[in-house]
Amino acid sequence: MLRRLFKDFQGDVLAIPGRLIALIFFLLLFIVPLITKEPYILRTFIFANVFVIFAVSWDFVSGYTGQVNFGHALFFGVAAYSAALLNKYLGLQPWATIPIGALVAVGAGVLMCLPALRLRGPYLSLVTLAFPLILLGVIKAFPDFTGGEHGISGLPALAASRTVEYYISVSVMIVSVFIMWKLTDAKSALVRTGIILHAIREDEIAARATGINTIRYKMLAFVVGGFFAGIAGGLYAHFMRIAGPSSMDMMLSFQAIIWTVFGGIVSIYGAVVGVYFLYPLMELLRVVPELRLLIFAAIVIVILLFMPEGIAVWIRDKIERECPRCKLSNIALRHTCRACGASLY
Amino acid sequence: MIQAFIIQTLVTGGVYALLAVGFALIFGVARMINLAHTSFLMLAAYGMFYMTYRLGLDVIYAVIIALVATTLIGIVSYKLFIDRIREHQVTVLLITIALAIVFQECMVLAFGAHFWSAPTLIEGYWEVLGVKVSYQHLLTLAVVLVVLLGIWALLSRTKLGIAIRATAQDTEIANLMGISVPRILLITMGIAVALAAVAGIVVAPLWTVYPYMWLNPLVMVMAIVVLGGLGSVKGSLIGAFIIGLVETSVVFFLPGGAFLSSAFALLVMVIILVVRPEGLYGIVFEEERL
Repeated sequence: MLRRLFKDFQGDVLAIPGRLIALIFFLLLFIVPLITKEPYILRTFIFANVFVIFAVSWDFVSGYTGQVNFGHALFFGVAAYSAALLNKYLGLQPWATIPIGALVAVGAGVLMCLPALRLRGPYLSLVTLAFPLILLGVIKAFPDFTGGEHGISGLPALAASRTVEYYISVSVMIVSVFIMWKLTDAKSALVRTGIILHAIREDEIAARATGINTIRYKMLAFVVGGFFAGIAGGLYAHFMRIAGPSSMDMMLSFQAIIWTVFGGIVSIYGAVVGVYFLYPLMELLRVVPELRLLIFAAIVIVILLFMPEGIAVWIRDKIERECPRCKLSNIALRHTCRACGASLY
Repeated sequence: MIQAFIIQTLVTGGVYALLAVGFALIFGVARMINLAHTSFLMLAAYGMFYMTYRLGLDVIYAVIIALVATTLIGIVSYKLFIDRIREHQVTVLLITIALAIVFQECMVLAFGAHFWSAPTLIEGYWEVLGVKVSYQHLLTLAVVLVVLLGIWALLSRTKLGIAIRATAQDTEIANLMGISVPRILLITMGIAVALAAVAGIVVAPLWTVYPYMWLNPLVMVMAIVVLGGLGSVKGSLIGAFIIGLVETSVVFFLPGGAFLSSAFALLVMVIILVVRPEGLYGIVFEEERL
């Protein structure tokens, strides 16, 4: 039994350089607090973890079904505000407010679906843009209940110490990313959603013709994406100890797009790479505060001009090669496939 | 009151119409959602502010320089950054966001994150039925009218206009008919940016000039273009005045309306789209049909 598990592990993880790198990276994340206890660095990593969940959930909704969502901050903000309101009026603690907030975000996702699923392509993108802005208008119009411009402050912290907060964020991030990656894995034998979502993105009419209820799967994408974006929103609210209008800002929705597309859309790990590349970069650029955003945007433009598919996809294509016969991924150093022996050239 | 309301609606709607027509043109021809579109309005407004207020240039020269410079910036950034990766649609989207941020940050660096206002292009007002209507508003309306008529004439009466519309309908067939598609794309981008620049020039004295002034109009323009039907110039014209009317009436008649004006305008868009998913004058493209 153990030997078989190890064999699977060897074949599915160790033999594929991309996955090996991912494994090492996630293991490294766990030892960060052992190396440094600097609160600022831990804070940066916690934010990066929260935004990884957010960006990956955007990729899940938008990349995999081709419904480019311009209003993803809606889920983030709705969850942050629900967590804050639940805490303020009912006195609930983070372990309860974050899941409930995420469920409220799922509700928002379903509401957003109702008009959105009738629309396609750019229409859908532009309508999704409207929802967070409408809600933001409502929030600012009723400052007594929602705190208006200043938001709701004084939330309890995620945990007593920074290190514990860090471990919470890392574990939630890894579990969420793993679930979403598994749900979108087209080669998985266990769940069919991955291959169905890929089919919808490639050709929705053909997917319908083969008997797939595409509406149901698009809705599923909104629900799952909304749930995880909601988790990110709740974590963010409790870590920042404030839920304000900035958590539903248009710029935050655009950030999700920037991170994901920069890393590589339709790949899950692209979003992870994008956040872990761009978020610390943004923090590093604090040394030149006036030029910060300018340099950031310039780097994004220049890198995308040379790697239009995203940086993670570009790297993957350099280190991995797919077998033309059995579609198995191989390390780029090999000349023949490790399973079927077909030539890789 | 009611006259001021009508003037305000017409001015807001007219400025939105200038922006939306450009946005619709470039979407129709290049299938590209240009999120940097309204940042060209910001650039032109800053140009006007700088030249008339700081340098004290003559209005005519300032207008010409602002228009030409903004259009050139638009064309050059299209040629440098967007043309090469046009087949990756989401990447193009991202690059346009990044470009808008670059422009915004350049303005922050040059002028600081302050609120400015450009001097009016012409002074004075005209009294009609006991209401003072400033010449600036009238001038804005006249410019909007002339430019929109010009665009209509260009699109429907000239060979270039026919080529642009042909490319919008079917790029491949247009290419086979001997139309140079890359050139048409470049020209369309130029026209769209020039329209945004005209809008920026006329609103520089009316709106506050600040580095983030492109965000709110961008949302409104996207709402208008979707409402009217993507890529349809006629639809975006009508949509612009609908949204302008909604926005102005919320500001005029609702308490605390300034916060809710965009929310209501967007709500109207969502409702129209639920009733008519392809917008008022949308064309359902063959390959995009469900």
